[in-house]
Amino acid sequence: MSRDEHPLWWRDESLRPMMVACLTLSAAVGVFGVSFGVASVSAGSSVLQTCAISLLVFTGASQFSAVSVIGSGGSFGSALGGAMLLAARNGVYGLAMSRRIEGSLGLRMLAAQMTIDETTAMSVAQPDPRAQRIAFWFTGVALYFFWNLGTLIGALAGNALDPTTYGLDVAFPAGFVAMLWPLLTDARARLAALLGGAVCVVAIPITPVGVPILLSALAVLVGVRRPREVAS
Amino acid sequence: MTWTLVFVLAAGAYAFKVTGLVILGGRTLPPVVDRCLALIPAAVITALVMKDTFSTGRDLVLDARAIGIAVAVVAAWRRVPLIAVIVLGAAATALVRLIS
Repeated sequence: MSRDEHPLWWRDESLRPMMVACLTLSAAVGVFGVSFGVASVSAGSSVLQTCAISLLVFTGASQFSAVSVIGSGGSFGSALGGAMLLAARNGVYGLAMSRRIEGSLGLRMLAAQMTIDETTAMSVAQPDPRAQRIAFWFTGVALYFFWNLGTLIGALAGNALDPTTYGLDVAFPAGFVAMLWPLLTDARARLAALLGGAVCVVAIPITPVGVPILLSALAVLVGVRRPREVAS
Repeated sequence: MTWTLVFVLAAGAYAFKVTGLVILGGRTLPPVVDRCLALIPAAVITALVMKDTFSTGRDLVLDARAIGIAVAVVAAWRRVPLIAVIVLGAAATALVRLIS
């Protein structure tokens, strides 16, 4: 422990900027939680189901995907399959985070529920193991709070509105567009996106609802080749 | 949405998280698996945009939603905050429905 580290982490001046960043991010994600709440009840889930999804599933893209597939009449299996494809990356984050998260088995089981995009990103951005650990837990707890509060507000608001009147049926795809944009920074991701979208459109008229989403995952085979062999 | 699906989703999502963090621990995946997994969000999220914009059930359709998504794409490209992308997309769609 270096000299300027305060033993109580919440009074440690050196951690302040990180905590402000985590809180800002969490509040922003809470606003996204509002849109999940609205979109989920618009797609036919109850307020209680919508809140249970955010509390228990707690991984945004999978939640949006499952509710969207069910909302357009997809089967149980296709809704689950699409959501699980998007949940798989949390397993990869877990591999990266396991070195940084210490403690009892119970504590690690709790940490697992919080292992998602935002907590992993905030944690790995910190300079030392202590800050990484604190950033993970701080972001995790703040995010869990704001995501679920946002979901509740959105679900209650969405329940009172007719989805097509205000264009709320576009809340899903518009939200997906916003989530997608930062992912398209490299050529391979753009190629995978293009192929995934094309496979989906071709599959829509010829396969059961929800299946096109599963088939689109075939586009990840773009990643089989080594990066330098792919022309950009 | 059924309660069974809510719970199966929760169990499935948690299974991935706990497998990575607790069960496999600090191991690394073969690079090719890593590269492919990293591309899942781009491919699947694009497919979700296509489905939600250009289909109703198993029919391909072109309606007011396409205008809303075009607006959302421009907004995302201009780096507008996420919630504003959603509001702009929804508002454009609602406006087209109102005047058509």
